[in-house]
Amino acid sequence: MKVLHVVETAYRATLEEQDDTVLWLLQVLRVAGAELAVLLQGSAVSYILRTQDASGLAFGGWHQTRPPNMATQLAALIHDGVPVYAVEEDITDRGIRESRCIGGIRPLTRARVVELFDGFDQVWQW
Amino acid sequence: MSDRKVLTFVLMDAPFESARTSTALRLIQTALDRGHAVNVFAYEGAVALAFAQQKAHANAVHGCNAQEENHPLPSTWIAELIATAAAAGTRLDWVNCGLCVDERGVNEAVAGVRRGSPVDLWTMAQASDNVLVIATR
Repeated sequence: MKVLHVVETAYRATLEEQDDTVLWLLQVLRVAGAELAVLLQGSAVSYILRTQDASGLAFGGWHQTRPPNMATQLAALIHDGVPVYAVEEDITDRGIRESRCIGGIRPLTRARVVELFDGFDQVWQW
Repeated sequence: MSDRKVLTFVLMDAPFESARTSTALRLIQTALDRGHAVNVFAYEGAVALAFAQQKAHANAVHGCNAQEENHPLPSTWIAELIATAAAAGTRLDWVNCGLCVDERGVNEAVAGVRRGSPVDLWTMAQASDNVLVIATR
């Protein structure tokens, strides 16, 4: 069963969880044998920026030593053969330049999203 | 082909935060009433939905004591849904993500709720007719 996972809401408790919890879940599902792909849209397209830096969080004497890095999470999925798509208009709207992004992202226009859906048995909207 | 389906729901919202949860539980109720088998994978804050230590309270603004207020508890709703499934001759398999439970210290769930992992989600999804994700926004 091929499932397209649409990730739209970004930075859901990523400082607390040290990752995007949906991308983490997908990494587990892939190891469990799931055939999957990811479509980033809306604010989640920001995850393709490799220049993000969430380090430095501290409360009193507590310092976060392992901050989240969603670009690394995405790169790991891509490395494992998971197709990662991102909506071009959402990238452009946010002024994200290709030179600052991780490699392997597959941009597609919003008009082609439905066409993408056709290639999957199910679409899970996160 | 049987009219009875197997449906999997993925929930993410914590209790007392969003109407998405009560809507999801109403969908589950409808599915069970129609004899369909339902799986739930509770992820992140949704693992607290079945926490057995939820407590109803009085409401001074309403001028009601706890009994009069009849404050809703998601854990009660889930227990009722599990009973509904049994009465309808079907099943509600509610799985809490174990790591999410540990993070929140909500490891005491109402009867019929079990601890699992994302692998359980994938297993349930593969055996289902369809999957509905109701994620936190």
